[in-house]
Amino acid sequence: MTRSAHSIFIVSFAAAFTQAPAHSQSVRVTPEIAIESRVFAQDPQFDGQLDAFQAALILSGDLRWTSRDRQTRVRVEPYLRLDAEDRERSYGDIREASLGRRFSDWDVLFGVTQEFWGVAESRNVVDIINQFDTVEDFDQGEKLGQPALRLGRRTAIGRFDAYYLPFFRQQRAPGRVGRVRQDPRLDTDDVAFERGGGRWAGDVALRYTHTAGRFDIGLHAFRGTSRAPLLVPRFGPGGEIDRFTPFYQRLTQGGVDLQFTEGPWLLKVEAVGLGLGDERIVSAVAGFEYTFFDVSGSGADVGLIGEYLYDSREALTAPPTPFDNDAFLGTRVTLNDTQDTELLAGAIIDGETRAVIGTVELQTRLGEATLLELEGRYFDGSGDPLLDPFNRDSHLTLRLTRYF
Amino acid sequence: MRASSLAATLIAGMTPTLALADAALTSADPKERGYAIAARSDATDAGFGASSVRLAMTLTDPRGRKTTRELQIDTLEKSGEGDGDWSVTRFFSPPDVEGTALLSQARILDSDNQWLYLPALRRTKRISSANKSGPFVGSEFAFEDLTASELGKYEYIYLGTETLGDGTEVDKLQCNPLYERSGYTKLHCFFDTETFQARRLEFFDRGGRLLKTLDLQAYRQYPGGYHRSHRQTMQNHLTGKSTTLTFEDFDFGVRLSRRDFEPAALADF
Repeated sequence: MTRSAHSIFIVSFAAAFTQAPAHSQSVRVTPEIAIESRVFAQDPQFDGQLDAFQAALILSGDLRWTSRDRQTRVRVEPYLRLDAEDRERSYGDIREASLGRRFSDWDVLFGVTQEFWGVAESRNVVDIINQFDTVEDFDQGEKLGQPALRLGRRTAIGRFDAYYLPFFRQQRAPGRVGRVRQDPRLDTDDVAFERGGGRWAGDVALRYTHTAGRFDIGLHAFRGTSRAPLLVPRFGPGGEIDRFTPFYQRLTQGGVDLQFTEGPWLLKVEAVGLGLGDERIVSAVAGFEYTFFDVSGSGADVGLIGEYLYDSREALTAPPTPFDNDAFLGTRVTLNDTQDTELLAGAIIDGETRAVIGTVELQTRLGEATLLELEGRYFDGSGDPLLDPFNRDSHLTLRLTRYF
Repeated sequence: MRASSLAATLIAGMTPTLALADAALTSADPKERGYAIAARSDATDAGFGASSVRLAMTLTDPRGRKTTRELQIDTLEKSGEGDGDWSVTRFFSPPDVEGTALLSQARILDSDNQWLYLPALRRTKRISSANKSGPFVGSEFAFEDLTASELGKYEYIYLGTETLGDGTEVDKLQCNPLYERSGYTKLHCFFDTETFQARRLEFFDRGGRLLKTLDLQAYRQYPGGYHRSHRQTMQNHLTGKSTTLTFEDFDFGVRLSRRDFEPAALADF
């Protein structure tokens, strides 16, 4: 960016904030408070883990501001979780605190943000910008806010985005009392990085997205630090493994995500090539989603989802993944009722070890401003070294969220 | 400015066609006459460019219990050959769906393109537009009621001229959906003979029964000549449920362009 362009940029920002009359902007503030309880079906597998019941309080909410000309917007979403049992699950985060501004075909976004890349339902191998919130949930449904600067440009042949991510967010892990964890536990206070700058080494990414008829295509390249850590065993005085510590490697990756939409069919594929340490890895998800709409005139939609997950990595020198040769089968039921009731159920089955991760998620609104969510997680990991630690951790989570 | 000059160009360019259309409006062929009436109504909207409106959608069940959703609909007038109007529908309430947005790029002959933005995941997902007859967010409006307003999506048959209960004189047409997967065998469409605006639609289900009636009321005319209904009530005769849309003022001066109707724009607000 040249110096003059830079100053125009700043002036425009100032103008956007000072010229728009107060009455014509759009400001929406929605605080929310949630209570959550998790119930585990079986006694714990490891020493120190809590028995059956885990409660939490979550304070969150968001603020959305849009300027009168709709060219500038701000979004802020703080998040605080207070866990009754596990101090490592009590933490605060800025999920979002970003300012976006458009300039004809250009746009810029600055601040802490979240990005979603991908098309698949079971696992998004291309989704690299944010760190996953691994204490919030086992699956990749929640993310930590990522400090970012994004510059976007739309053209006749699609949209280009360039990202600079100055600061690395490391994965959190449950404490010693927590369930659904490695054993020995991951000690996130003792972290190491392959890259010299550590947390401040910075990542860069490029993304291209385009819609061509029935195809939605995305391409990306990323150079920076791996979001998933290598787990380094640390030995105690007796020679036994005392704890694991995270080691974040240098990562270079490129990938593609593609969806074909035709009638009730969605056909999807995501694939990435990774350079991680000395390894060259291919990771992919491919599958379909077929929806029966308005089943028997009931208004409800029933979708069937099938996906295949592949990963070429050999353990030891790259962060392990249980999803190396797995099938996902699932269904999504949307009632289309006034309470927006939705059910998502599915299972990932390992092709070799036959380990199973099952999930059921049900949500519905009670009245006008309360959301009820029920989440079940089922683990059968015997015979799979990566899932065996969760073998007795099948659980049910009930969450009630009240919006104000 | 741009919209009015575009309208002027259209009117100047269309004079010979209008003369032809005038003949069609009194044609003895009910199909030719029906199409002419529908086309005349469609033409009153030509050149509006873009609009934005906020509305409340109130769902009422047979026992009188109500639920209200607040939303905003941005519309971009059909911009190219084969395109229909493009729209973005954003939800402000209930609070758990706040920020959810639906982008619909209507096509005349091809299937529409639709994307859904889910704010909790920051995910924009291309969705199937095969869902025509299913309800839109629990309301009595089906997807096709909201997206299939293009002239070319129906065949029209003139049935007669009637007077509605409020004294409005209307032309009654039978409108047969030409697109795939419609939940209706036919519609009865009632167009005001003075303002040419639709005043009532009756929807007949696959069994030929009268399923729903949509009444369009509280019409106002905006600068540029565009008419908009500010209260629309869809009554389902089989379930007893109804949905009322109450519109605030339409903003025709809003600065919207094609980039506001692309998938990347859904995450912006």
